[in-house]
Amino acid sequence: MTRMHDMGGRYGDGPVIPEPEGVLFDAEWHKRALAVTLAAGAHGAWNIDVSRHARERLSPADYGRFSYYEKWMAALADLLVEADLVSRTELAEGAQADAAPVPTTLTADRVAAVLAAGGPATRPSDVPQLFHACDAVRTRKIAANVLVDGGHTRLPAYAAGVTGRILRCHGTHLLPDSSAHRLGDAAEPLYAVAVRAVELWSHPEHPEDEVVLDLWQSYLEPA
Amino acid sequence: MPHDHSDHPHSLLPPDPALRIKALETLLTRKGLVDPAALDAIIDTYETKIGPQNGAHVVARAWSDPAFKAALLEDATAVVRALGYYGRQGEHMVVVENTEDVHNMVVCTLCSCYPWPLLGIPPGWYKSDAYRARAVRAPRAVLAEFGVTLPRETAVRVWDSTAEVRYLVLPQRPDGTEGLDETALKGLVTRDSMIGTALARRPDGAAAP
Repeated sequence: MTRMHDMGGRYGDGPVIPEPEGVLFDAEWHKRALAVTLAAGAHGAWNIDVSRHARERLSPADYGRFSYYEKWMAALADLLVEADLVSRTELAEGAQADAAPVPTTLTADRVAAVLAAGGPATRPSDVPQLFHACDAVRTRKIAANVLVDGGHTRLPAYAAGVTGRILRCHGTHLLPDSSAHRLGDAAEPLYAVAVRAVELWSHPEHPEDEVVLDLWQSYLEPA
Repeated sequence: MPHDHSDHPHSLLPPDPALRIKALETLLTRKGLVDPAALDAIIDTYETKIGPQNGAHVVARAWSDPAFKAALLEDATAVVRALGYYGRQGEHMVVVENTEDVHNMVVCTLCSCYPWPLLGIPPGWYKSDAYRARAVRAPRAVLAEFGVTLPRETAVRVWDSTAEVRYLVLPQRPDGTEGLDETALKGLVTRDSMIGTALARRPDGAAAP
């Protein structure tokens, strides 16, 4: 079983409601939620996969009822406590005293440089590249983390156990299934894999349509 | 190991979302873990400096310069970086070209991955459950909700951003734009056309056919 976030292909959500170009935030507090989350991440207490997993492991009830930035806030609060940056008492009651900024606190003068620096996911790897463009591959039968029960993975359930073809190799990228649980980078080849809509859906809209997913080599086997 | 709890710490925060983020911001500021001026700088960056105008610049250049377009489709990361478009959520870029035969559309079904240095913060609909759930299974129905109907001869290719590679759609250059320079072309490139849920505008203001 996967979690609530793994919603590709799901029925029942109703139409997509487009918004005018230029609308960035629906409420003022959304801006603060975005900014506080990015600023707190600058302490380096978690990586992007740890933070994604923190959102995914919100309870199904919370995941369903929280709006987008409420999920971010909830995951941030949980991560701050797990990282011992704040205590449960402080979350409930506020800070007991004012403290000076710590060395890793992101200051305004460093914002532009930090956002521009990014955080590449490519890493050197000894894992040999097994697949090449046009090779037929089959995805893992069960969309689950094989290292950690209930752990983070980036193989969506709708694309589990299907046959596709390699479009390209993106080089070697760290493996989220490992890094989300602080088990190391475990870098391996990452591929763009095209899967035909007729392979994925019982009622595809068009026989020539397809979905492309970026999938790690360990998610794949020759087909 | 995945830290499933029944007593998530976040439940200790106030129920109203605006008060919840205010409480977190105040707590982190008082503990010296967040600088409020940095928060304002982050918001200003994505409100005024980094947005779809960056991606539109890349698209208009690609429409105007065949060598640039060829390089962009070959190695987008290096090409857009040379224009100054690099950073958080845009470390590994791939540009996919719309043609008569293929229409590309980008989604992130697992979260909301999006090419920030080229398009800024994703719109609400991109992060919605409806888009994440339906873009992969019913892309043509989703396109219709954006007012786009594709010819049956055009295949749809939906890119689900499951890794740290970020995708930008290069829309088709509209007819009737032969005499336009790069600046004029840039005005025809919408955010949605670079996600693949719209076509570029025509000079007369209509969406391209």
